[in-house]
Amino acid sequence: MALISDERLCDLSHDEIARYSRHLLLPEIGLEGQKRLKAAKVLIIGTGGLGAPLALYLAAAGIGEIGVADFDFVEASNLQRQIIHSTKDIGRPKTASAKDKVRGLNPGVKVTEYNVALTSANAMDIIKGYDVVADGTDNYQTRYLVNDACVMLKKPNVYGSVFQFEGQASVFYAEKGPCYRCLYPSPPPPGLVPSCAEGGVMGVLPGIVGIIQAGEVIKLIIGNDGKDSLIGRLLIFDQWRMKFRELKLDKDPKCPVCGEHPTISGLIDYELFCGLKPEKKELAYGTLTPFELKARLDSGEKIQIIDIREPHERAIAKFPEAKPMPIGQIARRCDELDPELDTVFICKIGTRSIFAINALFETGYSGKVYNLQDGINGWARDIDNSLPRY
Amino acid sequence: MSVSLLIPTALRGFAGGSAEIELEGATAGEVLAALAKRHPEIKEHLYEEDGNLRSFINVYVGDTNIKSLNGQDTAVKDGDSVILVPSIAGGGSWL
Repeated sequence: MALISDERLCDLSHDEIARYSRHLLLPEIGLEGQKRLKAAKVLIIGTGGLGAPLALYLAAAGIGEIGVADFDFVEASNLQRQIIHSTKDIGRPKTASAKDKVRGLNPGVKVTEYNVALTSANAMDIIKGYDVVADGTDNYQTRYLVNDACVMLKKPNVYGSVFQFEGQASVFYAEKGPCYRCLYPSPPPPGLVPSCAEGGVMGVLPGIVGIIQAGEVIKLIIGNDGKDSLIGRLLIFDQWRMKFRELKLDKDPKCPVCGEHPTISGLIDYELFCGLKPEKKELAYGTLTPFELKARLDSGEKIQIIDIREPHERAIAKFPEAKPMPIGQIARRCDELDPELDTVFICKIGTRSIFAINALFETGYSGKVYNLQDGINGWARDIDNSLPRY
Repeated sequence: MSVSLLIPTALRGFAGGSAEIELEGATAGEVLAALAKRHPEIKEHLYEEDGNLRSFINVYVGDTNIKSLNGQDTAVKDGDSVILVPSIAGGGSWL
């Protein structure tokens, strides 16, 4: 059965026939396929690296209605890959910037903005009005939320994900194949895997993966019943070694959402599920703001400052008077620290340093340890404007 | 059996930076154990404390998930590729 029923199709204008001529010439798309694209409603979740090419190509292809969901605002560091936003858009909501670009490219497309975070409270209402969902999110809690909502609402979820030089793409459609949870029943604990904000991402990579997603969205709508789509297949792509691989995906009969006896029938608390609400416990370390660290240094106090970043990051911004000790060497080199002195750990944004501190405590270290809040980026913001923020 | 184990970018930092390592083993489990022996720092990324594989890492022999075969007991033969496929989520900051 076609995703877009025949009753929803309406004729194309002469202008539309001229605009979509190259689609109409393909027998696989043709007039009927183009009418389905015009009748289709696609929700793009996230207007970042993946959402940017998704929105642009789907608009160019003549999707009738595109929803864009993102709570974020355009920042300078987005522009290396999020090509739907421009330098003049810095500071604007990403959905507003995306809407402008889509309308400029194709005024025939209706764009609906959702400038909110997708949550268990609003996801079903937002998703239910769309035919296809394209997942361009950047975090696990939203991925599981989108997956579960799509399974429950019987919507295809066109998936893409990127990290550093590596991408994944698939179509999760529980009506016809596996869902995201069949592949990954649960996410990694927070912090075990670095994010792109810390690990980096090659700018063209989400472009490639997002365009693969856009192609899958179009094929699902045109109605070959998903048979040549990525349903049941996972594409993995290594940009650096320039290798594509295709892996088989099986439906997990024990999947808690789409399996034979589902145990999850409504949306859950995804922050809790992803371990982002740790139990409140006494922290073994203290936290210093950049201002507090500056005040203590200015008072002449002797403090050990340990920079746990890798050499290529220290080359971007060097912290004055810090001793470099990359995170992987902490356990081995803990003898170099004097437990009689207070020690401050720094990283880029104050997150990896917490894992370095935990690694230090696992060695049995007994000295007093602090984490520099917001890392060297915070120091550059509050104390030393001569340092770049990255 | 000598197989090549493919390491994804997210885990290369815990495997001496290698993208591909030749390892010996008769089963997928033995190949992973050989990896963990050579690069102990990758261990906590592969295994739960009870020795089971972590649920956010899939292991493929060729194009098939070992979950659909015999798990870690899945036999491998000379020249096979064993591929680690971790979940990746991109973008934002974690904490």
